[in-house]
Amino acid sequence: MDQLFPSVGISVVRILEKLGHTVDFKQSIFCCGQPAFNAGFWDESRAVAVRVVEALTGDEPIVLPSGSCAAMIKNFYPELFRSTAQAEAAVQVSRRTFEFSSFLVDQLGVTDLGSRFPAKVTFHDGCHGLRELKIKRQPRMLLERVKDLTLVEMEDQTSCCGFGGTFCVRFPMISTAMGETKSTFALETGAEYLVSNDSSCLMHLQGLLSRQNRKLKTIHLADVLAST
Amino acid sequence: MSDGKRDEILGRIREALRVPAPRDQSGHSSGKYPAPDRSKTVRELLPAVPADAEGRLALFREKSIQLKTDFHVVKGTESASAILKKLRDDCGWTSLASHHHSLIDPLIPSLGLETVFVEERLEPKSLERFSVGITGCDALIAQTGSILVTSRSAGGRTLSVLPPHHVVIATPDQLLPDLPSAFELLYSKYGDRYPSFVGLITGPSRTGDIERILVLGAHGPRDLTIVLVDPA
Amino acid sequence: MASLFATKFKVRATQITADLDHRANIRTALHSYEKARDEKKGQYQDWEAARERASEIKWEAVNHLDSYLLEFVSKLTARGTKVFWAGNGQEARDYIVALAKERNARTIIKSKSMTTEEIHLNDLLQKIGCEVVESDLGEFIVQLRDEAPYHLVFPAMHLTRHQISDLFQQKLHSAPSENPEDLTMIARRELRLKYLQADIGISGANFGVAETGMISITENEGNARLTTALPKIHVALMGIEKVIPKLSDLALLLPMLATAGTGQQITCYNSMFGGPRQEDEVDGPEEFHLILLDNHRTQLLADSEQRDALHCIRCGACLNVCPIFRNVGGHTYDTTYQGPIGSVITPHLRGLTDWKHLSEASSLCGACTETCPVKIDLHHHLLQNRRNAEKKEPNLSEQFAFRAFALLARYPAIVNWLARVGRPFLPFAKVVDAMMPAPVRAWTSSRDLPAIARKSFRDYWRER
Repeated sequence: MDQLFPSVGISVVRILEKLGHTVDFKQSIFCCGQPAFNAGFWDESRAVAVRVVEALTGDEPIVLPSGSCAAMIKNFYPELFRSTAQAEAAVQVSRRTFEFSSFLVDQLGVTDLGSRFPAKVTFHDGCHGLRELKIKRQPRMLLERVKDLTLVEMEDQTSCCGFGGTFCVRFPMISTAMGETKSTFALETGAEYLVSNDSSCLMHLQGLLSRQNRKLKTIHLADVLAST
Repeated sequence: MSDGKRDEILGRIREALRVPAPRDQSGHSSGKYPAPDRSKTVRELLPAVPADAEGRLALFREKSIQLKTDFHVVKGTESASAILKKLRDDCGWTSLASHHHSLIDPLIPSLGLETVFVEERLEPKSLERFSVGITGCDALIAQTGSILVTSRSAGGRTLSVLPPHHVVIATPDQLLPDLPSAFELLYSKYGDRYPSFVGLITGPSRTGDIERILVLGAHGPRDLTIVLVDPA
Repeated sequence: MASLFATKFKVRATQITADLDHRANIRTALHSYEKARDEKKGQYQDWEAARERASEIKWEAVNHLDSYLLEFVSKLTARGTKVFWAGNGQEARDYIVALAKERNARTIIKSKSMTTEEIHLNDLLQKIGCEVVESDLGEFIVQLRDEAPYHLVFPAMHLTRHQISDLFQQKLHSAPSENPEDLTMIARRELRLKYLQADIGISGANFGVAETGMISITENEGNARLTTALPKIHVALMGIEKVIPKLSDLALLLPMLATAGTGQQITCYNSMFGGPRQEDEVDGPEEFHLILLDNHRTQLLADSEQRDALHCIRCGACLNVCPIFRNVGGHTYDTTYQGPIGSVITPHLRGLTDWKHLSEASSLCGACTETCPVKIDLHHHLLQNRRNAEKKEPNLSEQFAFRAFALLARYPAIVNWLARVGRPFLPFAKVVDAMMPAPVRAWTSSRDLPAIARKSFRDYWRER
């Protein structure tokens, strides 16, 4: 997110500050460690994840604009750090972690952000957010309150886009086929924008759409919600 | 022949089970599904069934239509006989196989067909050439539109599956609400000595193996008729 | 170093993922299943609680496997069943072959059994001169094509009616037809003769009921009913993990198996067999042999983290929802058990090094875990298989890459600097694509690279 989609982070900060909250960011954090974890390299993953656990002491809620990263921290950190010196700290961090749309709706009880985004959009549910964190209604409740936005649901909303971390380069042929199926459904809605709460999904689908010279644009949910 | 590697396998099982497995594997996901109510019985989890006899009958009828089971409700042996005669004529039955049963025996003679009873201990394969197999049953199940049979209540294993048409004669008191009650019946009726075959039959034989298109009569009977005879 | 199986998998996957007809056919086939399944699930008063209960039944059975197996066997033998415990596939095959020889069996009819495929039984029986006929329509079709089953539950899902018509014309000399009903009747007539001739009927078992000493077989066609009624000898092969505690457990498991597997409320025939024919019965086999099969199942049992994979009721639901399965099809897996469950258990049954690629070929979307009627933690087991594989035999280039990444992670400022410096050169990446490392090329073969932002988030943060 830092290098490729910084606007997402900026949007999150702006939205939270507009709601009256103080936002902090720890410069020492780089990555949640999921890529190595999913590839089976748990020691290497822990080496990266430990920076997150060490940096995020305290009791403020931790908000991430990514279903997959939030799921990693919330659901897998306790297991990754089991029987290590950081075990207790990891559990504490996982309890305080939330995906962005879930934080707004479930924790803050907010759905109307005063946003405006005049376009027809369709929403893709990132698998980690959907199945690990059970996030489905929250993005839709938020999008419903965006002025001049029309949400059209695509067929097979809950099927995977095909990114899957190292899967997309280990098995590019399958990853591409899955992405093609997904982008076809998205295109069939006639939407101008494909929205998601996970940048990795968007990166993968945008890569395919651009290569095929499609007009459909991808955008992160946070960027939509920050629009006025 | 010996019984094989019994002790070795049991040994490996016991060794493996010395390490307990977590009971709740779903500990990984911070799932927002409410914790399932573990106090519910299976009956309360499966699809609901009407509490009254009329409702159950209606449900069974509805299921039969969906399954393409030919279902009739009649009063008295005369009416049951009439149904069978009509089937005989419509389907062109030339012969009939059955087992001796108080509900079925009175219906056979008036059909005027070549008849065989499985109690005569004929070669089961010979049932192949008979047009229809008529059997009793242990129960009908409203929840699913099923018939519960055993080798003891339905004339063996072959009679209800080899001839191309299977006819079941039953009475209203045999209509049970749901699957759990069917298994309760098995316990109470056969609990000390089960027959070697117990079966649930739900509709005529079918397959979806060709392009997932439903075709009836794959190997078992293509036609299934149930006649519910109210003795009153 | 990729195993031979892994290489074959990638080659086949590349071919078949590009086959848009295949993709469309599978989609159509599964679409009607999904609608039917959702309708039946919706009728349950509490589907999620039903999954939980089914999972508890299986947990109880598998975690007390020794005592339930002993109860099961004792009830069966009390009623005249001959029980044989096979430690592996070889022992099971040898038992069946010896039996066939001793009884001078010429024709053997089989109802659907994945376990018999697992141990490659048919080949050996054919070698000793037996005619072995698969009676399940889908299995019959792929047997004629000399092909493996495409799907756990729908073996011929990948074929069109035209292909089946051609096949029947060629092998059975039947008249051509585009009508599935006609084609089914052709198979019915052909198989009728075999049922009547067969000396031995071989079946599998979906469940083994400990309380009453019965096996339970679920089907729609009636071929298992005929396989177990007509021949004088019935042989059933059952994995040890199939045992369940009580007969009444079937009241929940039978409908759930049907709903998850085929989108039906319950299948057409669910039959329980507790022994050979009894004295007062008019028909049935004179001999009933039940072979219990281990074949590495105790190994999986010993892995307490993945033990719940033995809860599987072989419904095939995970295959139906898996995007990988939908895109590569059943044959690409090249092993008896396909889809997510196959990817989880095959390393245990056939070796981690050779079969870890199946666990790797997944985006871990979790649809399988969500749909499994007995709540097996499928996609997490794929993760665990990956971890186990890397511990055992790490892929050194990947490990190096992740270690380098971990090192860089200590110095996010350096990454930031590299990104700023490297950004202007990114357009040239397209030109020198062929010189890029393999993972980059794997991405760029079908996708454009994302752009590096002019200003990173941490730049923005620092400047606030």
